[in-house]
Amino acid sequence: MSDTVIEAPEFAKVTASYLTDGFTLRSWLLTTDHKRIAVLYLGTITIFFFVGGAAAALMRYNLIVPEGMIGSAETYNRLFTMHGVVMVWFFLIPAVPVTLGNFIVPLMIGARDLAFPKLNLISWYLFVFAGLVALYSLFVGGVDTGWTFYTPLTSAYSKGHVVATAVAIIIAGFSSIATGLNFIVTIHRLRAPGMTWYRMPVFLWSLYATSVILVMATPVLAMTLLLLAFERIFHIGVFDPALGGDPLLFQHLFWFYSHPAVYVMILPGFGVISEIIPAFSRKRIFGYKFIVWCSIAIGVISFLVWGHHMFVAGTSLYSALVFSILSYMVAVPSAIKVFNWIGTMHKGFIRFDAPMLYALGFIGLFTMGGLTGLFVAALAADVHLTQTYFVVAHFHYVMVGGMVSAFFAGLHFWWPKITGRMYPEMWGRAGAVIIFIGFNLTFFPQFILGYLGMPRRYHSYPPEFQVLNVLSSAGATILAAGYLLPLGYMTWSLFYGKRASANPWGATGLEWQTSSPPLTENFVTTPTVTEPPYNYPPPEVVQHHV
Amino acid sequence: MRFWLPQATTSAAEVDYLILALLLTSCAILALVFGLILLYMIKYRAGSDIDRGVLADKTWRLEAAWTVATLLIFFGLFVWGADLYVRLFQPPPDALKIYVVGKQWMWKIEHQGGQREINALHLPVGRPIQLVMTSEDVIHDFSVPAFRIKHDVLPGRYETLWFEVNEPGTYHLFCTQFCGTGHSDMFGEVVAMPDPEYQNWLEQNGASETLAQAGQTLFMRYGCSGCHGGNGAGGSQSGSTVRAPALAGLYGSPVTLIDGSIVTADDLYIRDCILLPERRRVASYPPLMPSFAGQISEEDLLKIIAYIKSLTPEKQS
Repeated sequence: MSDTVIEAPEFAKVTASYLTDGFTLRSWLLTTDHKRIAVLYLGTITIFFFVGGAAAALMRYNLIVPEGMIGSAETYNRLFTMHGVVMVWFFLIPAVPVTLGNFIVPLMIGARDLAFPKLNLISWYLFVFAGLVALYSLFVGGVDTGWTFYTPLTSAYSKGHVVATAVAIIIAGFSSIATGLNFIVTIHRLRAPGMTWYRMPVFLWSLYATSVILVMATPVLAMTLLLLAFERIFHIGVFDPALGGDPLLFQHLFWFYSHPAVYVMILPGFGVISEIIPAFSRKRIFGYKFIVWCSIAIGVISFLVWGHHMFVAGTSLYSALVFSILSYMVAVPSAIKVFNWIGTMHKGFIRFDAPMLYALGFIGLFTMGGLTGLFVAALAADVHLTQTYFVVAHFHYVMVGGMVSAFFAGLHFWWPKITGRMYPEMWGRAGAVIIFIGFNLTFFPQFILGYLGMPRRYHSYPPEFQVLNVLSSAGATILAAGYLLPLGYMTWSLFYGKRASANPWGATGLEWQTSSPPLTENFVTTPTVTEPPYNYPPPEVVQHHV
Repeated sequence: MRFWLPQATTSAAEVDYLILALLLTSCAILALVFGLILLYMIKYRAGSDIDRGVLADKTWRLEAAWTVATLLIFFGLFVWGADLYVRLFQPPPDALKIYVVGKQWMWKIEHQGGQREINALHLPVGRPIQLVMTSEDVIHDFSVPAFRIKHDVLPGRYETLWFEVNEPGTYHLFCTQFCGTGHSDMFGEVVAMPDPEYQNWLEQNGASETLAQAGQTLFMRYGCSGCHGGNGAGGSQSGSTVRAPALAGLYGSPVTLIDGSIVTADDLYIRDCILLPERRRVASYPPLMPSFAGQISEEDLLKIIAYIKSLTPEKQS
């Protein structure tokens, strides 16, 4: 065939895996290879994860005693602001897309790279630059406004480095937009022959929905923070009523971005779980089209629920009613996904490797996070529960219990592909169990604290809340150990881990058809797709072979 | 240490029932999800040779079933939460009004009789209370967990909150909107007592003048009476040379603005007229009113508004 003639010289050029294709610093810092950029990103967000985690650890330390272990309320306020800013913009939002997404998307659709490799590299530099600006504002004194930057506290009263932090977030936003744009174009234009939309794994659909949100919502955040900076510097009256502005306007604009951003954090997690559950159940995914369209539905409805952050803020009665029912609507597709994952396990051949344990932990914790979301979507219940520890627990169940578990699940799942080495399986499983236990011990007491009325963002608190706070802080030490564990054994595996085969899990998906680690060119020849995704053999066939 | 929270208002039990319903629904769904996962983990583990049979080809019936079930449950919860919220949104007309001013980092309370307190609120049980709240600086939030109520306190606005306490006692008052360094010190107590005791308390802490009387003094001091007349009777009638609108009977009445729209003269409208006269200028008067922005404190504004409220056309002469 003529194809072979064309491919032959290509094949001759293929010499090495992407990891051995150049060892100089330059070959990493100026690479346009999506795989190397993913590794750069992985290193960067790991640093931010532990910076944000250190802030959280200090906060839990402070809350052991009612008067606060850290003497200064100012310091505590700066800690939780830094924790929020770093975790939201420098870990949760980018985590899955820029690491796993960057690495896996081109492999999954059978492409050589993302559509705009240079833009991809630029997005990493923007991200690093944004991170440095954020760290700068941190080291020169920090910000004490909370990650939500409510006006007029931020625009007129706070003495922290608000403008520097806002600039950092705006730059990080450009990085997000570049990544989102790259994924959208890649998924539209670079699918391998035969890779129709309905043959795409759910992970790609999830990242597609995520990218659309990133591209559409992030500019609103940039505008909002610019207006905030202008008001702070030049005293133009936009948000401060003393200057003729409207303080609620800021909240509307901020949540118009920040609520969809919640789905930017969790949708890629849904995608990861939708790869892992079928792979470790050896069964095709249950209700593929429902799962796919649920991702899209979540992406759309997520833009219409921002007002549920403002049920006690002084908005109108009618807007509260509308936002309440829309918030229930956005929960429906998430519930459908959970049922479909369970349906996938039905009649499967389930193995319990570390990625699957993390994924099962995700389903449990995300379900609890989602269900407690129903409490705060119910208007009269929200009045009592909002702005207390109940809300803190709720979104940590979704963001940390859900999203971070999904990130770890995906990291373990694709680790052999990324590094060419297996992580130590027993340590992996132990990590998954310890994180699950530590997480629940840390955050479950906070639901009760919230119901009893303990407000969030309090440096000191009435003594009746102490027992539950001590429980939570004790759980946090287990959780911290659980997060340090993977850092240790995965680093170890880079040097001493067993060599991974091309497809150690026996999973479907094009990324498993190339070597581990992949060649710089990804595939020797462009693959052709002829079957639906998750085409695991039906149980009766598997059973005959057992 | 206790794991329950007193239900001190008439609506607290209702909020708790709603939360209990949410809790039971959640537990049922959790039991289903965790139960199925555990069941399948055991039954369909890779090592189990249980007969899996043949996979069903069509799944849409199941999908439709759980979608509809989820929708119905969610809609029920929405209606329940919304119904209660709507009722809690509308204060009864006879509610006792108490004024709250938040500032970094304290709560200042003013009673109609002129009594003032800081970080404490005394009120009677068995009677609807409406708080009229504003802030001198940033956004605060007035929250009493035992009452199951909470509302943001905004600068430049009057937000209201109403409830009826039915259990005498002392309860925590928190600021629950992050408001700067001393946020967790913006902490106080609400003392609910039977009406006779409350009347007693009012007398013992009696101010020399009521809120409205204090407002009258301010009305003179800031020169309002110069144009609006001594008893707010209006400029052209009571010896004043300037034509300014009469204020007696103004509160609660419709006002036609210069752009032809009609608004009700409520607290916020009067406040805006004093601080931002350009914003909503009343029709058929010359634009002579100066802005008092930055000159009158929030507490004095409340007094002046209380005074204007107290003026009725009959009281003129």
